[in-house]
Amino acid sequence: MQKHITCTVCPMSCDVVLELSADGEILSLTGNKCPRGKVYATKEHTAPERTLTSIVKVSGGAHPVLPVRTNKPIPKEKLREGMAAAATIQVQAPVTMGDVIVKDFLGLDVDLVATRDI
Amino acid sequence: MKQVHVDVAVIGGGPAGLAAALAAHSEGAGRVLIIERNVELGGILQQCIHHGFGLHRFKQELTGPEYAQRFINLVKETDIEVMLETMVLEVTPERKIYAVNSQTGMLEINAKAVVLAMGCRERTRGALRIPGGRPAGVFSAGTAQRYVNIDGYMPGKKAVILGSGDIGLIMARRFTLEGAKVEAVVEVLPYAAGLTRNVVQCLEDYDIPLYLQSTVIEIHGTKRIEAVTIAQVDAQWNPIPGTERKIECDTLLLSVGLVPENELSSQAGVAIDPVTNGPLVDESMMTNIPGIFACGNVLHVHDLVDNVSRESERAGMYAGRFAVGSSNPAPRRIKVVAGDNIRYVVPHEVSTTEPVEFFMRVQRPEDSVVLDVGGLRQLKKTSVRPSEMLDVKITPEQLQSLEGDTLVMQIVPQKEA
Repeated sequence: MQKHITCTVCPMSCDVVLELSADGEILSLTGNKCPRGKVYATKEHTAPERTLTSIVKVSGGAHPVLPVRTNKPIPKEKLREGMAAAATIQVQAPVTMGDVIVKDFLGLDVDLVATRDI
Repeated sequence: MKQVHVDVAVIGGGPAGLAAALAAHSEGAGRVLIIERNVELGGILQQCIHHGFGLHRFKQELTGPEYAQRFINLVKETDIEVMLETMVLEVTPERKIYAVNSQTGMLEINAKAVVLAMGCRERTRGALRIPGGRPAGVFSAGTAQRYVNIDGYMPGKKAVILGSGDIGLIMARRFTLEGAKVEAVVEVLPYAAGLTRNVVQCLEDYDIPLYLQSTVIEIHGTKRIEAVTIAQVDAQWNPIPGTERKIECDTLLLSVGLVPENELSSQAGVAIDPVTNGPLVDESMMTNIPGIFACGNVLHVHDLVDNVSRESERAGMYAGRFAVGSSNPAPRRIKVVAGDNIRYVVPHEVSTTEPVEFFMRVQRPEDSVVLDVGGLRQLKKTSVRPSEMLDVKITPEQLQSLEGDTLVMQIVPQKEA
């Protein structure tokens, strides 16, 4: 079985072709123009991850919300759960970029951090 | 009227203005002033809360606010002055800037050099002439992005997005993550207008359908938008009868292109390139008006902020040199011409004494080609896309070896091996 994965590491957008066995094991991987494409496509096939970026409520700042991100990618299937958790958070200004808003977010060993000063 | 004298005045405090101001400052310009109409620096990056910025510049994927904050922090470490909530009303060819804010009222700013860094704005529904009523719920994608990411509220629950520009794609994902349903992204071209990685990360990840060679032909609803009719289009972009389909929605987002914001430039007598809608500039990013420079999205619309920063640093550096009187125009001038499958090239004219980085866009997608820089350099490209800006650096030595006074930038097929 063949599977196409578009690499999103850089704007080259390589079309990486995975040859898979019946139980989903990668037999061969072609089409990537650099080693990062192999790492990305392998990860994307076995355990896809995404960085979550969203907003949390903030009081006392220039705006009512503060942009945040996970400092490392989280499993793709956890994005919805992450969004729901972020929606319940309220912080107080001042906040500095990089401040940890939630430590060990969703128990995933990543932190939710502020992405600007407010 | 309050009078202010500065070496370099930068109009706009987004990524272009920040980088230009910093470069002018490090070039030795004593008084550098950033004039910004918003309540804060950072420009549109502040509402681009997704990540993917700074891969070239910082070798890591930052969010828009993080990218902006890094530059803002650098500005804060200097004595660069910042005027916020200040609107520039006029720039004269003598480099007088008339501006207004609610604290000082009218201001006359006399600058030895001016950097235009006003950015761009979104094309609106009016520019597309979509028939139908004028109900609420029709927004430009960037406006919706501001509502969600800065003001903290969702403008709708069920959206259709017209145009597959990057902001539209990003907003499709953002709306979906915030619990709204994105029914469709509709694109008139036979390919997505935004970066491929955004199509993958924003649409395919969330199973949002992308309808190519299609457009919105009617907007339904009186008070609030209730539905749109979409249809396929032919090669001339005319709707094909029988392909109409009505999609219920309460929101229509438009991501249909950006237009450099050059009212101030034109007023100052700056000549505008009809293709980029931005100023004509030379190798120092100077316009036809001596001492007035331009960079960033006011010059031409970029897809990567990293390129904006690089280009703006050059503009700021030369503006700084102009202000302190250390720049001399080079005698030999070379005109840059867009050849086969090149839509435009910036800068438009260069000398043979300065290193130059050219930015350009192609007219149509092509695979396995060579970018030929006037015979001076040939770069192999596996693919070129109108959405992905090309850049190439040329040294003064290479420019000096050019015969004639015209440099033709063109895309040519790769020779069979």
